[in-house]
Parts: sequence; C-alpha cells; structure tokens
Amino acid sequence: MIAKSYALFKKDFCSELRTRYAINSLAMFIIVAISVILFSIGNETITESLTGGLFWVVIFFTAMSGLARAFVSEEERGTSLTLQLIASPSTVFTGKLLFNVILVFCMNLIIAILYSALFERFVVQNFPLFMLTFVLGNIGLAVSSTIIAAIIAKAGAKGTLYPVLSFPILLPLILTCVQLTLFSFDGTSFEEAKFELAIVVGYDVIMLTASYMLFDFIWKD
Amino acid sequence: MIWKIFLFLLLTFVSIAGITFPIVEKPSTWYEFPFIPGLAENAKIIFFHVPTAWLTVIAFLMSTIYSFKYLLKKNLDDDAKAYSAAQLGLIFCVLATVTGAVWAKFAWGQFWSWDPRQTSIFAILLIYGALFALRSSIESEDKRATLSAVYSLIAFITVPFFIFVMPRIMKGLHPGSAEDSNTGPIVDFQMNSSMQLIFFLSLIGFTILYFWMWQVGYKSIIFRDKLNKQVMI
Repeated sequence: MIAKSYALFKKDFCSELRTRYAINSLAMFIIVAISVILFSIGNETITESLTGGLFWVVIFFTAMSGLARAFVSEEERGTSLTLQLIASPSTVFTGKLLFNVILVFCMNLIIAILYSALFERFVVQNFPLFMLTFVLGNIGLAVSSTIIAAIIAKAGAKGTLYPVLSFPILLPLILTCVQLTLFSFDGTSFEEAKFELAIVVGYDVIMLTASYMLFDFIWKD
Repeated sequence: MIWKIFLFLLLTFVSIAGITFPIVEKPSTWYEFPFIPGLAENAKIIFFHVPTAWLTVIAFLMSTIYSFKYLLKKNLDDDAKAYSAAQLGLIFCVLATVTGAVWAKFAWGQFWSWDPRQTSIFAILLIYGALFALRSSIESEDKRATLSAVYSLIAFITVPFFIFVMPRIMKGLHPGSAEDSNTGPIVDFQMNSSMQLIFFLSLIGFTILYFWMWQVGYKSIIFRDKLNKQVMI
C-alpha cells in the first residue's frame, strides 16, 4: 500500500513538474496577496497581533486557491475511474495527502520567508514554538483541505464552493494557530502554550482519522 | 389533533407568561419573577433565546445521526430526514443569533462582540450555509445525499473544538462561560421556581414544535421525491 501511494504521489509530482500549473499559480497568488496587504498598509506600522493574523489569512487563501487541484484534475482528465480500479481508497487518499502536504509546506515556507523580510513586526522570539505551530498547522491544513477537495471534485462544482466548505472546518485550527503564532512573537514558553498545542495535535489526529474513515464513501460511486 | 391543541395552548401560555409576568424584588406569588441584578427585564430573553439555541444543537445532532444512518444503509428517506433537520436547524440558528444579538445590545452595549458563544453560533451558521450550498450544487440524488452526509459528519467533529476551545482562547461575556465569576450574575441561576417552571415549559413546548415541524418537513420531502419520480416515468 505504501509503495502504491508513493507511486501515486510520484505520478502527481511528475505531472506537476511537467505543467508547473499549481506551482506557478500559487507563487503568483502569494505575491499578489502579500502586495495587496502591503499596499493597503502603506506607511503605517501594524501591530504584532495584526501581522500574525494576516499571516494566516494569506496561508488560508493560498491553500484555498491551490489545493483543490489534487482531485479536481483527476475528474477533469477522467482518470478517477482508472484509479478506483487499481488502488484502494485509502491508498489514493494517502498519495494525494502526501502531495498536498508537500505543496502546503513549500508555499507556507515561501510565505513565512516573505513575511519575515517584508513585515517589520514579524519577529519570532520563541523560534521552536513557531516551527512546531507551523508544522502542525500545515499538516492540519493539508488534511482538511484534501478531504474537502475530494468532496468538491465529486460535486463537480469547482472554485467558489471550496473556501465556503473549508472555512468552518478550518476555523478552529486557524484560530488556535493565530494564537500560537502570537505566543511565539511574545516569547511565551512551551509550558504556557501546551493547551493550544494540544488542541492543534488533537485537531490533526481527529481530522486524519475521520478523513480516512469517510473517504471511502466519497470515492466509491 | 389533541396534542396540537395542547401545544398551541402551551406555547401561548409560555409567550404570554414570559413577556408579561412582572419582575419584582421579592416574589411572593407564583406569577412574579425575581429581580436579578445587572439583568433586570433583560432576563426574560431566556424563555425564547435558550430554546432556539438548544434546538439548533438538537437539529445539528439529528442531521448528523441521520447522515450517518444514510451512509450505513443508503436509504434516501434518511437523507430527507437529515435535510429537514438541517433546514429547521438553520431557522433556529438564525433566531438564536438574532435574539442573542438583541439581548447583547442591551446587556453588553453592542450587537456583536465575538464572544466565544457568538463565534461558535456563527461557525454553525456557516456550516449550515455551506451544507445548503453543497446540496444545491449537485444534481444526482444519491451523490448529493452521500456528499452532504460526509460533509455534515466532518463538520460535526469540529463542534467540540468550538465548545471547549473557544472559551479558552477568547475571553467570554456570555452567561455560563469559564471566567464568569464577576460578569454574569445569572450563572448561579438566581431563577426562582416560577421562572424555572416557565423556562422548562418553554423548552418542552419548543422541542415538541420542532419535532412536529421536522416530521411535516421530511414527509413532504419524501412525497415530493416520489411525485418527481412518477412524473419522470
């Protein structure tokens, strides 16, 4: 199963490298979103809490613009029936999830680097806490958006419906991650932030389990 | 028929009693409510706001249970039941949000202040909205039922986060939140027995009303689907 999901991941990776559709559009989206924020700020200095919030706003909308591809492309090319024949649902989900996790990590790394270069208040005091938040938040974001992407692809309605469906699901994760990012700006210790960290870990685990259990129903027509 | 008359009388009594019974310092007769410091006349919203919020949660729970049943048995009647529950849930959710906001205007000074409870009810409103957007975008019946069932199950597992997490992350003003020692005087429930009586009668009345509406709702959906099929054949 692991070999098969890796093969699926490799297939997605190669086809992505060939067209560079997701990478190009995501990179442009990040640049556009951040420049809009910078234009609207102008010469004013914004507070730390606003910087932390805007950081996750850009992450959320970038994820919404790029991650739906994973399943929508299969439906568009008409290859999802073939996938149903050759692999079990959980294998397909693992492969797609792996691809989305890597995509989310790349794009969020770029966003973080751009933020630390362009926003003067984006100063992380507790770097390990920030990294942990970043990693756990990315995993949760990738899991939730992959399962919603599967629903969207089967629903046949692309685009606008995706953020609408994802936002309520991602809201607890994003609110907690904003809080944790502010903690890392303030230099809060791990001991004080452990409740919020536990929430994010719990969210990741619950969403991962529920996604694997429910994906069968979405995938089998 | 008899229980419909009973329900009508019960809700009429609750509405009249909830609005008109006077609030006095020291209640002596059964139709007088106690004076709660800080709330005064605002306290009467409890007879209408709490039942709607309660039904929002009940409708959401029932919608999830019937969605789960649909996924197990693939019976479209279960989907009709879940859909009808969600429709009512949306109505009661809007009512709870509006009554809560009106109460907040007089108790806290503004309609909306992103209190944890307000954030949670807003999230539930978004979930219902997303569910209906998803349903209206799919034409095939089975597919619509399956996908909306899966979505409502995924949405349901985020609810514990709203109940347990929000109060911790944001400071709350709503009666019953964690740090309520000095802000909300109603928490130690200074309701006397007459107030409690009306409160529970209202809760029972609204719950019966909900189940009646739900039954009418899902039966009409099932009939409509049957008629549609006959027309097509």
